[in-house]
Amino acid sequence: MGGGLAALATVDPVPWARGQMAFTLAFHIILVPLGVSWAFLTLIANYRALRHDDSDALLLAQRWSKYMAVTFAVGAVTGTVLSFEFGLLWPRFMGQWGDAFGIPFMFEGIFFFTEAIFIALYIFGWRRLRPWTHFWTGVPIVLTGVFGSAAVVAANAWMNAPTGFTLDSSGTIVDVDPWRVIFNDAMPLQAAHMIIAAYLVGGFLVASVYATGMLRGRRDRYHRVGFVIAFSVAAAMTPVQLVVGDALARWVYDNQPAKFAAIELVPETASDVPETLLGRLNDDGTVSGGFAIPGLASWLSDPSTGRDTVVQGLDAFPADERPTTRQVNIVHLAWDVMVGLGTLLFLLSVWYGLVWAFRRHMPRSKWFLRVAAASGVLAVIAMEAGWVVTEVGRQPWIVYGHMKVEDAATGNTGVWIMFIAVVVLYTALGVTTVLVLRGMSRRWRRGDGFTDEGTPYGPRAPAEPAERDEQEVVP
Amino acid sequence: MSTAVAIVLMAAIVAYAIFAGADFGAGFWDLTAGGPERGARPRAVIEHSIGPVWEANHVWLIFVFAVLWTSFPEAYASITLTLFVPLAIAALGIVLRGAGFAFRKAVVRMEYRRVFGGAFALSSVIVPYALGAVAGGIASGRVPAGGRAGDPVSSWINPTSILGGVLAVAAVAYLSAAYLVWDARRLGDPAMAAYFRRRAVGAALAVAVIGAAGVFVLRADAEYVFDGLTSRALPLVIVSVACGVGALVLLVRDAARGGRLLAVGAVASIVAAWGVAQWAYLLPESLKVSAAAAPDSTLTTVLVVVGLAAVIVLPGFVVLYVLDQRGLLPEEGAGDAVPGVKE
Ligand code: HDD
Ligand code: HEM
Ligand code: HEM
Repeated sequence: MGGGLAALATVDPVPWARGQMAFTLAFHIILVPLGVSWAFLTLIANYRALRHDDSDALLLAQRWSKYMAVTFAVGAVTGTVLSFEFGLLWPRFMGQWGDAFGIPFMFEGIFFFTEAIFIALYIFGWRRLRPWTHFWTGVPIVLTGVFGSAAVVAANAWMNAPTGFTLDSSGTIVDVDPWRVIFNDAMPLQAAHMIIAAYLVGGFLVASVYATGMLRGRRDRYHRVGFVIAFSVAAAMTPVQLVVGDALARWVYDNQPAKFAAIELVPETASDVPETLLGRLNDDGTVSGGFAIPGLASWLSDPSTGRDTVVQGLDAFPADERPTTRQVNIVHLAWDVMVGLGTLLFLLSVWYGLVWAFRRHMPRSKWFLRVAAASGVLAVIAMEAGWVVTEVGRQPWIVYGHMKVEDAATGNTGVWIMFIAVVVLYTALGVTTVLVLRGMSRRWRRGDGFTDEGTPYGPRAPAEPAERDEQEVVP
Repeated sequence: MSTAVAIVLMAAIVAYAIFAGADFGAGFWDLTAGGPERGARPRAVIEHSIGPVWEANHVWLIFVFAVLWTSFPEAYASITLTLFVPLAIAALGIVLRGAGFAFRKAVVRMEYRRVFGGAFALSSVIVPYALGAVAGGIASGRVPAGGRAGDPVSSWINPTSILGGVLAVAAVAYLSAAYLVWDARRLGDPAMAAYFRRRAVGAALAVAVIGAAGVFVLRADAEYVFDGLTSRALPLVIVSVACGVGALVLLVRDAARGGRLLAVGAVASIVAAWGVAQWAYLLPESLKVSAAAAPDSTLTTVLVVVGLAAVIVLPGFVVLYVLDQRGLLPEEGAGDAVPGVKE
């Protein structure tokens, strides 16, 4: 008993801190795409409503803006926890690098503040503002969402490509070039890739809700419009994402060869490296299982030299400067998942595009709707997998080439307690969020209380229930 | 330059205390409003008054963190290492509070509302206590310099921290009751205005008693800050007491205006007094502001961002505020009590 307590008191905080950071980020990142892209979808619906006097689109825009208020609120509290965690889990990282790493977050602050203001205006303004004025209050939400995530991803990209600072002989930062910190080498591609991912995830998630509705027989125009707006935006983004992802992979090849070796499962430096699908690395450096496409990894890394391109293997790096075997396997699997799902979503989009092109309406087959109903979850999985590639692939570094994770972590042995509390709390939070959103949708469908049918821009008595509901969780 | 950033930091802390403080306090009154039937009316007023603003108010805390870790990374590391426990409690409390509040409004069934309401109200008390305890730990010099960890327990369970925590809870309750009097009047509910007026007076007296006791606690436990409060920061302390007394008089007389403003003044000036009292230290007697500061290029960036925020964010607030004043936004208006006077 006493021994057990003593053991608990000396639990190594590093794995718990990693686990907690990964868990809370993975949670937050699901809400982010909704904050970034849902406003855009809402504005499309709003625009249609105003231009073509489309009452279905109007209803969609109004309801979406209210769901958004809920997801935005959950995004905000989970984001606040992340700000605490930087210090609670990685105090030494912040202590040494805060002067540079912190800068993008200063800008992020402006964008989020602005976003919160305009979300309030947009959600409050449905009946009180003139329709087009109201429409324009939504535009800044879209812009700040994009810039805000670009700012956060800039911080993450800086961990991959730390630049813009001068160190003295003791390793302390003595000068900072804020511009180079924000626009570090990894930032443009990483930010683009994430913002497009946000549109993919947001679009497919919203579309999958309406696809599910259609599968259950609700094939009215309202559901079709909801589906088409969301799905079209996401579908248009899929080919772009493949191109940007390909460029990003080449950036990794050039700049983080150890991560690249993990991605492509390359134990030894060689040319004519095969692209291995699935498969795993063993501790003795051999690769077992999987399906190898000869030469493809080399060819993709640099098409100009084709299969002769040399890819550095894991053996090119000292064992303490590359991911462990277990981490390599995680990275490689996550990579396969991301690229596989990306390709699948792309094919689904092609299907959708072809049917539109030839038949002038959306695909109506059960199979299409089934896959579309799953597309939201698949896109989320692809995005999570992408982050795992980035984060685990960077191991053991927290700041690439400068600081290792174990040197960054807190020495507090109680981290595991906070971790467990966080998992319990977030699980409840996640479940409740879904239930609350579903409850809102059910109530709307039943038409009691919560609804806005009728003349949405008409004057209303202030005490009306629907009126009050509008102020829900406005930030 | 580090002085300018320290002022920005202090201003942000004051803003957080005032705006989010009023929100937290509303949670306190929610918690103490009694059973579902008895508490229904006060809760309705509370919901009206903080509904639209609670989240914007919270951005101040994020801003405080971002300024702190960017401009004074060493101090940030020391604080988070030492005060891990109260900060972790505050973080979890903020999740519980925000989610509880948001969900309570989005659900209709009474029993769900009670669960979410309870989560909201309880965490509204825990979070200010924890943050007050953090302030106490810093003020009493229990956080060492150099990104090192101080004592994980006595850094937040000590006389000054307990004073800080209790004072924070009482002060936000007071602030918020003063706001709610005003909100209840605006909603045309004189019974509720009287209800919150009684509570505001009670909370004001509680703050006064705690404050008086606090003088002795600080003298024994946080000498540097005590000396500061009785010298450098004395004018601010006097302003705070004067505002507090003035607000109390207005509240007792049930004056139509002014009470709210004076209550804000009392809380703002006492928080600012704490900052001035521990000047020139960020962590009293171990780390000076100038020594903790990041390179000038970083500080310049921080100040530029603050300037940009004033240019970009402020107009948005003005729009929100004007729309609210013209009644273009619903009654509960998003402009009121939003950090409209930021920067
Ligand atoms: C819906 C989401 C999604 C989809 C379909 C894809 N990605 Fe991705 N990918 C992400 C979402 C994502 C991400 C979650 O957004 C990441 C993590 C970090 C980042 O900036 O983007 C990411 C990271 C990421 C990285 C690591 C970057 C780094 O470590 O710095 C590479 C090399 C790629 N992606 C490449 C691709 C390729 C070649 C794809 C094509 C099939 C692809 N991604 C589809
Ligand atoms: C701006 C965005 C992000 C920043 C600044 C960031 C920062 C960090 C930091 C500081 C750590 C701890 C140190 C380390 O283990 O390297 C970490 C680890 C991790 N993060 Fe991220 N992260 C970001 C986004 C994400 C997202 C969205 C995910 C979602 C899945 C994620 C997944 C992980 C994982 C899995 C780890 C643990 C890696 C390991 O220890 O093996 N990260 N991240
Ligand atoms: C380590 C990293 C992160 C930290 C410290 C962080 C912090 C925060 C904070 C404090 C908020 C609430 C702001 C408010 O509502 O006023 C927030 C929300 C948000 N975050 Fe994060 N975040 C992180 C990771 C990310 C990533 C990786 C992205 C995107 C790529 C992102 C994008 C957003 C967006 C768009 C919002 C707006 C609210 C929403 O849409 O839910 N964040 N974040």
